[in-house]
Amino acid sequence: MSFDVSLILSALPKMLMGIGLTFQLLILSGVLGLMLAIVLMLMRISGKWYLSWPAQVYIYVFRGTPILVQIFIVYYGFPQLDFIRDSFLWPIFRDPFGCATVALTLNTGAYVSEILRGGVLGVDRGVLEAGEALGLNPRQRFTYLTTPIAARLALPAYGNDVISLLKSTALASTITLADMTGIARTLVAQTYAPYEIFISLAIVYMIITFLIQKLMARIERWLGRYTVRTS
Amino acid sequence: MTGSTPLIRMEHVGKHFGTFKALNDINLEVTKGERIVVCGPSGSGKSTMIRCINRLEKHDEGRIFIGDIELTDKLKDLNAVRREVGMVFQSFNLFPHMTILKNLMLAQKLVRKTPKAEARDVAMHYLERVKIPEQADKYPIQMSGGQQQRVAIARALCMKPEVMLFDEPTSALDPEMINEVLEVMTDLAKDGMTMICVTHEMGFARSVADRVIFMDAGEIVEEGTPETFFSAPKSERTKLFLSQILSH
Repeated sequence: MSFDVSLILSALPKMLMGIGLTFQLLILSGVLGLMLAIVLMLMRISGKWYLSWPAQVYIYVFRGTPILVQIFIVYYGFPQLDFIRDSFLWPIFRDPFGCATVALTLNTGAYVSEILRGGVLGVDRGVLEAGEALGLNPRQRFTYLTTPIAARLALPAYGNDVISLLKSTALASTITLADMTGIARTLVAQTYAPYEIFISLAIVYMIITFLIQKLMARIERWLGRYTVRTS
Repeated sequence: MTGSTPLIRMEHVGKHFGTFKALNDINLEVTKGERIVVCGPSGSGKSTMIRCINRLEKHDEGRIFIGDIELTDKLKDLNAVRREVGMVFQSFNLFPHMTILKNLMLAQKLVRKTPKAEARDVAMHYLERVKIPEQADKYPIQMSGGQQQRVAIARALCMKPEVMLFDEPTSALDPEMINEVLEVMTDLAKDGMTMICVTHEMGFARSVADRVIFMDAGEIVEEGTPETFFSAPKSERTKLFLSQILSH
């Protein structure tokens, strides 16, 4: 088997033209997914069955089905529903980018809500009791004690999910989007050189993952500055 | 609050955890300036009793009054009561993500609505009182257990409470750190603070307490001044308990 380096060099710049779309998908669904996750997590820990149950069902459905299937359902399924075609949401679901963003958001929201819940449950009960004994009301305890402590506890697992989301964005190429993977697939179809192109694509994803890891490590150090014994 | 009204009044208080009866017919009055030591075997209800006083636990029989205010579910401003009752825990329970200074300022700002600069002054005042002002910018994990517990005491004092509850404040400490915490507590007692201390430090009880209460199986078995309590305990259970903890 021959390995054509010049092909890689010519393919790389073309694939990198899709990096913007990859990042758009990652950041948009990452941010929206995090907001969704916070809502789901609050519903889940609310102690009220009519909030907790829907959240649990939602999480079960989205963790229980493949992300690719979810993307297909949103992209091929939703446009067939009249009430979606007639609603203000139509511009989103008419567009494959909108569909991919929605599916990725809904999916990552389910996973991240459980990660956040783990963080909240990890907060030392004694610390919250101390806040209670000092007269802080439940809202103040949640804002000033639970949230910052839970954020630090949840961060390592959250970073993992961001990396996982990055790679899920590649599935957007299955619904016609020209993200990096989409462009790579087109190039393979043109050149019949799957090794060179997919390997260089893999390397690009690894570089982005590396950068995300570095960023997360930095945030972890900052959030965890109070866990270091030497001042 | 008038001088004649007791600061804390518990009448026939009972508390269950499932089928376990943690407190049974507790009657206790604490007047201003009184220093009370509560002792007894583990599981006897000492902690539960003082946790009922600031409603970290809800009693399910009898009545509890803080000043003129009764602790009930209907009580609208529970936090108004809580800020008058300072509490120190066995495991310190400092806010791990805040510096010592911020630990001391948080509740002042949120609950007392004290302006920031004033809250800082109050915090530094009490840090000096517990003799660690130089640690103000450290995080709790960077301090020894004894220092952390002194900070926890200072944090409670910043709220200027009417009464301080201590729930085994030295039980989690290494032996050489127990004294520095007891010294702070003794100082506080000298200044006239009303205190209820759950502790096994009998030396502290002897020198500081006005009244020693012995609990067993959720009941107050015996109470008296330290002199009579230690030298002439009436009940067999008290005698047995004292022989066990004083023998070594």
